[in-house]
Amino acid sequence: MSAQSDGNRLRRQLHGSLVILKKNVLLYYLKPPVLIFGVLFPVFFFLAFKMGRNISPAAVVPGMVAMALWFTASAIGPLVTPWERSAKTWERLISTPISLRAILAGDVLSGFAFGSAVSIIPVILGLLLTDAHIVNLPLLAFGILAGALTFASLGVLLSSPPTASPSNIMLLSNLVRLPLLFVSGIFVPIEQMPAWAGWVAPLSPLSYAGSLIRAAYGAVPYFPVWLCFPMLFLFTTVMFAASCRFHRMYRAKGL
Amino acid sequence: MIDKAAEMKPVIRVNGLTMRFGDLTAVDGIDFQVARGEIFGFLGPNGAGKTTTVRMLTGVIEPTSGSATIQGHDIRKESILSREHIAVVPEQANVYLDLSVWRNLMLMAELYGIPRNRRVREGERLLEALGLLHRKDSKARELSKGLKQRLMLCAALVTEPEVLFLDEPTSGLDVQSARLIRKIVTELNADGLTVFITTHNMVEAGDICSRVAIINKGQIVAIDTPGNLRSMVRKRQYVEVVFREQAPPHEKLESLPRVNRMESDHGVFRLYTEAPGSVATLLAVLTVELELELEQLNTRKPSLEDVFLYYTGDGGSE
Repeated sequence: MSAQSDGNRLRRQLHGSLVILKKNVLLYYLKPPVLIFGVLFPVFFFLAFKMGRNISPAAVVPGMVAMALWFTASAIGPLVTPWERSAKTWERLISTPISLRAILAGDVLSGFAFGSAVSIIPVILGLLLTDAHIVNLPLLAFGILAGALTFASLGVLLSSPPTASPSNIMLLSNLVRLPLLFVSGIFVPIEQMPAWAGWVAPLSPLSYAGSLIRAAYGAVPYFPVWLCFPMLFLFTTVMFAASCRFHRMYRAKGL
Repeated sequence: MIDKAAEMKPVIRVNGLTMRFGDLTAVDGIDFQVARGEIFGFLGPNGAGKTTTVRMLTGVIEPTSGSATIQGHDIRKESILSREHIAVVPEQANVYLDLSVWRNLMLMAELYGIPRNRRVREGERLLEALGLLHRKDSKARELSKGLKQRLMLCAALVTEPEVLFLDEPTSGLDVQSARLIRKIVTELNADGLTVFITTHNMVEAGDICSRVAIINKGQIVAIDTPGNLRSMVRKRQYVEVVFREQAPPHEKLESLPRVNRMESDHGVFRLYTEAPGSVATLLAVLTVELELELEQLNTRKPSLEDVFLYYTGDGGSE
């Protein structure tokens, strides 16, 4: 098989992923579950965390950005496949000449784009309404992009169980996302958490993205910056590979 | 069983294709070929394995064993290449209800990598042909079932397939939509499109299919042209006779040589026989002997529905 035809095929699959991204933007970005679990959820969490506590607004901005990124980037994945199964569009999609991997990559890109874009809102609000300031803009940008990719992969992994009921997957996704949120040092610094939580913190991808964002705002990161990018890359790779495997296993279930 | 398609270059070639779900064997080692330009009907009762076969051939599920190729590409080893040649209108699938008719069409064409100019031109032509052009900007959820099915067909055809899989395409549709879909499929077939169609509608299958396969309990029990299949089921052939004013005694009719059984309904007698010509002659002789008069005398081949019932459990054995 020639390198040129391999290149053409790869281009076709990449193009397919971008078409899936476009479809998801048109269909799912404004779906109520995405807006509730991806946008309203972090706002209410922030209010619950901030109100009545004597914390300077500047201190909460990195956590707010990380939390918004966490919920928004991982909100698209759990919705798309179950929704497609329930709407009976999944079978037609997987019979197109786009590989399952490219379809899932398109779903990851959808979460990535949504998370990255929506995270700009708390960044701007933080700059306008608080005295928080960014000391390292490239680090913030790359931290948000890397985190968005990882969290979007988590979202796609969470959509693997074969159900035609999107609410089941949204429930499962919150069962996974909420505990990981609490052990990641977003609300309470990792060093102030119980010992067990400190041990679990490295297992959460949010801990690393949160560290990068903290460092970009000049706060002390929980994990060294040099470690955070490889860890996020590792999480992304493992979770995407696992989603491909599980989606392949459950490909035709519940059609 | 002679597979005429074997003489031509097959577009679909299936060898020992099997699908098991746990202890259940949904499709049990089927073999067949579909030649270029055929409309191949795949008939069977509910649960016989039709949809499972379509899903295997279209890459939705992986077969447990056996092999199949589409345009020479193995459905397992070259799944994506084999899918490049096909388009599918699945039985229960739907269009994207929150997208407009036009967006649905363009999305499918983009997934198949159809260049922009071509997909716009073809999209408009197909919407016109299927009576949907005036609904181009409507959301798909606003369409009736029949119009949604027409849109599904448009979305499949805009991808410029060489093989079109239709799983129960006219099931539950209004007469106009069903007729229009059949018309378009027949016209496209005349232009060289190969069509693989599963249907419960025997009249439809008899009218449009060049060959049909009947699948029962996961196995193909018959495969040939509708005409040949009708001839093969000899016990289902009959002579239909109506007498003017008075009919002969039933025993006389039933005891005619080579009559297997007889049915009568409001003066219409059906004499089932493997030799309809001979029985018709004997009937004419009997009528003269009894000084009666014939009003109608016809020899009938079984319908495709009779053939289907014969092979799938209602017709006894030959």
